[in-house]
Amino acid sequence: MNNIMIDTGNYIAAKAAVMAQPEVVAAYPITPQTTLVEGIANYHETGEFKGEYICVESEHSAMAACIGASATGVRTFTGTSSHGLLLMHEMLHWAALARLPVIMCNINRVVGPGWNIWADENDSISQRDTGWIQFYCSSNQEIFDTIIQSFKLGEDKKVSLPVMINYNAFILSHTSMPVYIPNQKEVDDFLPKRKPVWNLDVNNPITFGNMILPPEYERVRKEMQDSQENAKKLIKDISKEWKNKFGRYHGDLLEYYKCEDSDYILLSMGAIGAESKVAINNLRKKGIKIGLARVRTYRPFPKEEILKISKNSDLIIIDRNISIGMEGALFSEVKASLFGKSDSKVYGFIAGLGGKDVTFQDIEKMCEKVINGKANNMEWYGIEGV
Amino acid sequence: MKKYKVKTTISYPIKGATGKTGNWRVFRPILDKEKCVKCLRCWIFCPEATVIRNKDDSIDIDYDYCKGCGICANVCKIKAITMKRESMNK
Repeated sequence: MNNIMIDTGNYIAAKAAVMAQPEVVAAYPITPQTTLVEGIANYHETGEFKGEYICVESEHSAMAACIGASATGVRTFTGTSSHGLLLMHEMLHWAALARLPVIMCNINRVVGPGWNIWADENDSISQRDTGWIQFYCSSNQEIFDTIIQSFKLGEDKKVSLPVMINYNAFILSHTSMPVYIPNQKEVDDFLPKRKPVWNLDVNNPITFGNMILPPEYERVRKEMQDSQENAKKLIKDISKEWKNKFGRYHGDLLEYYKCEDSDYILLSMGAIGAESKVAINNLRKKGIKIGLARVRTYRPFPKEEILKISKNSDLIIIDRNISIGMEGALFSEVKASLFGKSDSKVYGFIAGLGGKDVTFQDIEKMCEKVINGKANNMEWYGIEGV
Repeated sequence: MKKYKVKTTISYPIKGATGKTGNWRVFRPILDKEKCVKCLRCWIFCPEATVIRNKDDSIDIDYDYCKGCGICANVCKIKAITMKRESMNK
């Protein structure tokens, strides 16, 4: 029998992290992640979280502590946001190159200056090339389910990579929703104890982070790439297993919504992805054949799946981020996935930067501009044009 | 020794795990066996364990791994070890 917990994204994430029973949590508070680590600290005080809780002096240290702990073979978890994530940047590479499955929530928040604590995905998008798997969630239930699933994914020997679970500041982190919580035994059955692919052990001494010559380094990189490819299949398997066990499914690499007969398919990530469903319903009432493919994994990037849905549909991309000097990150990568293999048109919108609200009416307007043939290749929603 | 299959930056405690580090040497320690009194200070101080202690406490230097730091020459009380530039030796 499931329990229902009504709480904010951060407290739900704290609950999921504690139910995964990590041996070590090391974290440093930052708005809007603060209540997540406060939640875990509270579980530590009540005894529900039995692991070590390490208070550190910075996010760089938080990630370093998780890497050190993970290297001994135990399960680790942390959370951060925006500037905290950016301070971790060097250590993010360390975790991935060392093949340590540190699991982390990142609450997508604007990067300063221009001090602003609201939703924007440029913090995690700028960690794209660190080797981490990146999920983007669109509801508190998805946050809970994805955290538990991420431990299983990252710790699998075919993957052995750290996983970042992203969700939008305030829109999810501080908004209460009802969430089904499985009991501890069900979680334990789904998620067995971590079996490390390597670990530090005084009885079997090895050096970690030693000098490595060019040919070996290249092989390490190649194996990381192969593991991200392996993750694609495993994400599908784990989502299916979760669905069979708990009856909940949020998609795997993508979540498809009314895509079957669509002339247009909208692609977006995070909370905009959830809001888009309302827009799709309204546009369909007007007789427009449009669907939604919400991108759940930015890394590994679902290029094969996106190519497949482009066969009969033009694509509309909404990015809550921008790679300055180019365009929206999702927009770029969708086009790269299609290159030379598809004649579909692809339109990109930048919307919701700095936490600007993106409502279903906004999404409808963007889609209608494309459908009416008035959209340029790349548009700034709300600044000019639409 | 337990070996792991995963490809990452792990090295195992074996001789020369990172290749023949003697290649790095600029100055080569030359031991004068006539002068040596077998006090073993060089053997104690060598940070790379490339001073080899023989059964009779005489000393040899493992040039495959000696990086030429010069500590052995520095700690030798009777100056039985001198540092010579590699190119001049060949």
